Amino acid sequence: MATINLDAVSRWYGNVVAVNGITMSVGPGVTGLLGPNGAGKTTLIALMAGFLSPSAGTVTLDGATIWRNTEIYRTVGLVPEREISFGYLTGQQFVLANAELHGLPDPGAACRRALEVVEMVEPAARRIGTYSKGMRQRVKLASALVHDPSVLLLDEPFNGVDPRQRLHLMALLQRFGAEGRTVLFSSHILEEVEQVARQIEVVVAGRHAASGDFRKIRRLMTDRPHRYLVRSSDDRALAAALIADPSTSGIEVDLAEGALRVQAVDFGRFTTLLPKVARDHGIRLLTVSPSDESLESVFSYLVAA
Amino acid sequence: MYDPTVARLTYRALLGKRRALILGALPLLLIAISVVVRGLAGADDQTASDLLGGLALATMVPIIGVIAGTGAIGPEIDDGSVVYLLSKPLKRPTIIFTKLIVAIAVTMVFSALPTLIAGFILNGNGQQIAVAYTVAALVSSIAYAALFLLLGTVSRHAVVFGLVYALVWEALFGSLVPGARTLSVQQWSLAVAHKVAGGDLVTSDVGLTTATVLLVAVTVLATWYAGQKLRTLTLAGEE
Repeated sequence: MATINLDAVSRWYGNVVAVNGITMSVGPGVTGLLGPNGAGKTTLIALMAGFLSPSAGTVTLDGATIWRNTEIYRTVGLVPEREISFGYLTGQQFVLANAELHGLPDPGAACRRALEVVEMVEPAARRIGTYSKGMRQRVKLASALVHDPSVLLLDEPFNGVDPRQRLHLMALLQRFGAEGRTVLFSSHILEEVEQVARQIEVVVAGRHAASGDFRKIRRLMTDRPHRYLVRSSDDRALAAALIADPSTSGIEVDLAEGALRVQAVDFGRFTTLLPKVARDHGIRLLTVSPSDESLESVFSYLVAA
Repeated sequence: MYDPTVARLTYRALLGKRRALILGALPLLLIAISVVVRGLAGADDQTASDLLGGLALATMVPIIGVIAGTGAIGPEIDDGSVVYLLSKPLKRPTIIFTKLIVAIAVTMVFSALPTLIAGFILNGNGQQIAVAYTVAALVSSIAYAALFLLLGTVSRHAVVFGLVYALVWEALFGSLVPGARTLSVQQWSLAVAHKVAGGDLVTSDVGLTTATVLLVAVTVLATWYAGQKLRTLTLAGEE
C-alpha cells in the first residue's frame, strides 16, 4: 500500500505557472488525472515521479520526499508519454536492460514475467522499431513493471493506441488497481478515464478543478447548462413551447443565423422534451447541434463551479 | 561505480550507424593522408611530428572526443530516453562514471589507435614519435571525454560548443595567444608526450607537473559536476 501526497504544490517556469496550489492524495486503486492538453498533467506526473522539483509545497511518497530521492524508484514504475527511442533494441533487450538497471536478483525472470503480463512474449524478439503504437506502449509498461512496483504512473497511456489494444491496456490497469497497487494515469478524454478509474482528479489550467468518483464528475459535467443551436420549420412557435418547460432557462432568436439558441439547465429532460414538443406542434426539426461541447468549455465550467 | 547495463546501452547508442560512420571517417582520413605523405615525401621525423601534432592531436582527437563525450549522454537527455536510466535506484554519479568510461574507451579506440598506425606509416616510429603522440592522444582522450560528457549533460547545444572549443580554442586561439595554451588539453597531453619522446620534436608550453595536475583536476571536477547536474536533472515533457 503506497500513497502519494501533494501538499499545496505549485510549479512555475519563469513567470508561467504550470501547476497552481494543488493538494491531492493518490492511494491504492486506479486514479485518473483528467484535463485538457496543457493543463499541467505532465508537470504533475513529473513532480510525482521525481523529475521536477516543486516551486512550492511538498510531494511525498508514504511520507518520504520524492525529489532527489532515487530510493523511491524501488516502489515506483513510470510509463512516460514520450516514444521509446531505443528502436534498435528488441523488446526483450529493452525490458531486460530495465530489469538489470533495477539491480534485481534474477533480471531474466523479471523480464519474462513482465512481458507475460502485457502479452508481449512473442513479439519481444523483434526490434522495437517494427512495433505498432500499442505494442510500444505495452513494452514501455513491461519495462515499468519489472520490479513489481506498488505505484505505477502513466502519462497519456492510451494516446494513439488502437481501440482493441486500448481495451487490453485498460483491463491491465484495472487489474493492477484491484491488486492493491496505486495506479495513476493521465488523459484528456473523460470516457477513457471513467471506464478505468475509481477516482478522478480534474486539472484545468494548472488548478485542481474537481475530485471524486466518476459518477460525481459525470454529474458535474452533465448538470452544467447546455447550449444548443436549433433550426426548425417554425422557430418562434418552437421557442414559445420550449420556454414553457422548466428544463430551459433561455432562448434567443438568432436572426443572422436563422436559428434558435437554446440554453438548457436539465440535460436529460431537455433531450426528451425537444422532439416531443416538436411533434406535438407539428414542427419539423432541421438542425439540433450542441454549441459548446468542446472539452475546454466543459472544463472551464468546472473551474468556475 | 560501474554499471555494465548502462555501459552496454551507451555503446549501442554511441556506435549506432550514423555516429559510427562519423567516428570512423576521421581516422581513415588521417591514415590515408599519412600514406600519401609517406609516398610523396618519404620518411621524415619532422613531417611525421607536424602531421601527428597538427592533424591528429590538435584536430582529430578533440573532434572524436566531442562526438563520443557529448554523444554518450546528450542525445539521451534531448529525446527524454534518459528517463529509463533515471527512474531506477541507480546512483547518478554511477551513471556518469560509467558513461565516462565508455566515452574514454571510444575516444581512445577512434583517435589513439589511428594515431599510432599513422605514426608507424609516416616514419616507422622513429625517435618514438608515433608512441609519443599516441600517449598524448590517450591522455587527452580522458580529459576530452570528461569535459564533453559534462557539456552534454548541461547543454542542449553541446556538440556546437564542443566543436567551438576544440577547433577555435585548442587549434586556433591556442596557436595565436600564448597564455591560452596553458589552459589547453592538447598542451597538457603534449607535456606528457614530450616526456615519452625526449628530444625537441615534441614540445609543450606547459611543464609536466602542471600538466598532470591540470589533467587530473579537469577530469575529476568535470565528472563530479556532471554527476551533480544529473541528480537534479529536470524532465517535464514539452514545456
